[in-house]
Amino acid sequence: MGQRTPLYDLHLALGAKMVDFGGWDMPLHYGSQVEEHHQVRRDCGVFDVSHMTVIDVTGLQAKEWLQYLLANDVDRLHGCGRALYSAMLNEHGGVVDDMIVYRTDTGYRLVVNAATRDQDMAWMQAQLGTYQAQLHERSELSMLAIQGPHARQKIAELVTQSRGTLIHQLKPFEGQADGDWFIARTGYTGEDGLEIVLPADQAPGFFNDLVGAGISPIGLGARDTLRLEAGMNLYGQDIHQDVSPLAANMAWSIAWEPAERRFIGRAALEAELAAGVQTKLVGLVLEERGVLRAHQVVRIANVGEGEITSGSFSPTLSKSIALARVPTATADRAEVEIRGKWYPVRVVKPTFVRHGKTLI
Amino acid sequence: MSDIPADLRFAESHEWARLEADGTVTVGISDHAQEALGDVVFVELAEVGKVFAAGETAGVVESVKAASDIYSPVAGEVIAVNEELGSSPELLNTDPYGAWIFKLKPSSVDADLAKLLDAAAYKAAIGE
Repeated sequence: MGQRTPLYDLHLALGAKMVDFGGWDMPLHYGSQVEEHHQVRRDCGVFDVSHMTVIDVTGLQAKEWLQYLLANDVDRLHGCGRALYSAMLNEHGGVVDDMIVYRTDTGYRLVVNAATRDQDMAWMQAQLGTYQAQLHERSELSMLAIQGPHARQKIAELVTQSRGTLIHQLKPFEGQADGDWFIARTGYTGEDGLEIVLPADQAPGFFNDLVGAGISPIGLGARDTLRLEAGMNLYGQDIHQDVSPLAANMAWSIAWEPAERRFIGRAALEAELAAGVQTKLVGLVLEERGVLRAHQVVRIANVGEGEITSGSFSPTLSKSIALARVPTATADRAEVEIRGKWYPVRVVKPTFVRHGKTLI
Repeated sequence: MSDIPADLRFAESHEWARLEADGTVTVGISDHAQEALGDVVFVELAEVGKVFAAGETAGVVESVKAASDIYSPVAGEVIAVNEELGSSPELLNTDPYGAWIFKLKPSSVDADLAKLLDAAAYKAAIGE
C-alpha cells in the first residue's frame, strides 16, 4: 500500500481508478482520461496534487543559499508573491529536480516533485553547509490544482471575498497567502488556473465543494497528457540526474547573470556550452495512426539516433505526440520505430498546445 | 462489476468469441478488458486473408495508457475486419460487445471453442 493523501477516500467515492505514482496511491482517472483532458482545456477541473512536496526556506541567508542551490536566480523575484521555475543541479550539471519557487513574506516556498522527495531533501540538507537557512517540509499541507480557462472565475465565486479578490488580482506566476491558504496562479497544464496549498484537514471539504459546484475531478492520466501537449518536462522521464537543462529546453531558466553567482552545476554547464551541446529535446508529431511511447527509437537520416522520453495520444490534436532526445543537428523530419516498423514523424518545437490553441 | 454476456466464450487474455449461425466466429475484447485499458485511441487491425493459430497475435489495441496485443481466440482465416474502428476506436470502450474487431472462418471451431472459458468461468477468472 502506498501513501495516501487526505482525499483518498473521496477519490474512491468518485469512482477513481487508483494507481501507484512515486509511492503514492493516486487517481489515474475517474472514468475517461480523454474526457477529463478536454474538460480542462475547455472549461476547468480540479486535481489532487497533495503528493507534491512543499518546503519553506527561512533564515537570514535563505536568499543567498537558494542563489547557490538553483540554476535560476531568486534575486529576480522582486517582491513577495512572485514565483519562478528553476532546475536544481548537481555538480555535473544534471537535474536533481525541477521546481517552482515562490517568494513569501517569511522567505521562500519551494514546490518539488513527489517521487523525488527523499533525494531532494537529502541533497538540500547536504548543501546547507554554513548558510544560515532552515528547511521546513510542510507535509501537514495539502495541494489542489484547479486548471482551465474558467478555473479562476469559478473558484473566485466559491471562496471568501478576500480570497476571491486575491484570485482576480494574481498575475501569472504569482502566489500569495490569505489566512492559512496559499493561492498561486501556476500549474502544469498549459492553461490558466490556480494551485492552492491549504491545511490538510480543510482539503476534503474544499475538494467536495468544488465537485459539488460541477467542477470535474481530474486524474493524473489527464495531467500527463495536458503537460505533454504543453511541452512541459516530467521529472524522471524527460529530465533526470544525467540530463543537463541545456539539453532539455530549460536553458531559459538558467540565470547566467550576474556572472559571479557560482550556483551548483554552473561550471559544468559552461564547459558543456563551450564544447557544444550534443543533444536537444524536441517535439514529435505522428501523422499516421499509432501511438508514440517512451523509449521508442528515433532515427534521423544522415544524423543519427535518438529516443522518445515521453509519448502519448494527444486528445486535443487527435494524433500522437512525443518529446524526444535527439542529436542537435536534427532538422524537421525523423522516423520512429513502433513494433518493428518505421513511421515518419514531424519534428517540431515541443509546445503543442497552449491556452486551448494548437501551436503546431 | 463488468458486463459478461452468457452467449460468448472468453479467452484468458480477455478476447470474446461468438460462433455465428453461418459458422464464422466474431472476435472482440471484453468489457473488463476495455475498462482496464482505459480510453482506446488506436486499433491496429489484421489483414483480411491472414491465417492465425489459436492464441496467435492478431492485432494491437492502444489506449492512452499502453499498447496491448490482441490474440486470436480460435484458429482460422480472417474474413473481415471492423474498419469502423479506424475512425472510431473508442467504440471498444462504449460498446465492447457490439464493436467487434475481426471475423474468422475457423479451422477447428469445436475444439478451439471448448478450450475457451464460458461466462461463469471468465467471471471467476477476472475475480468478479
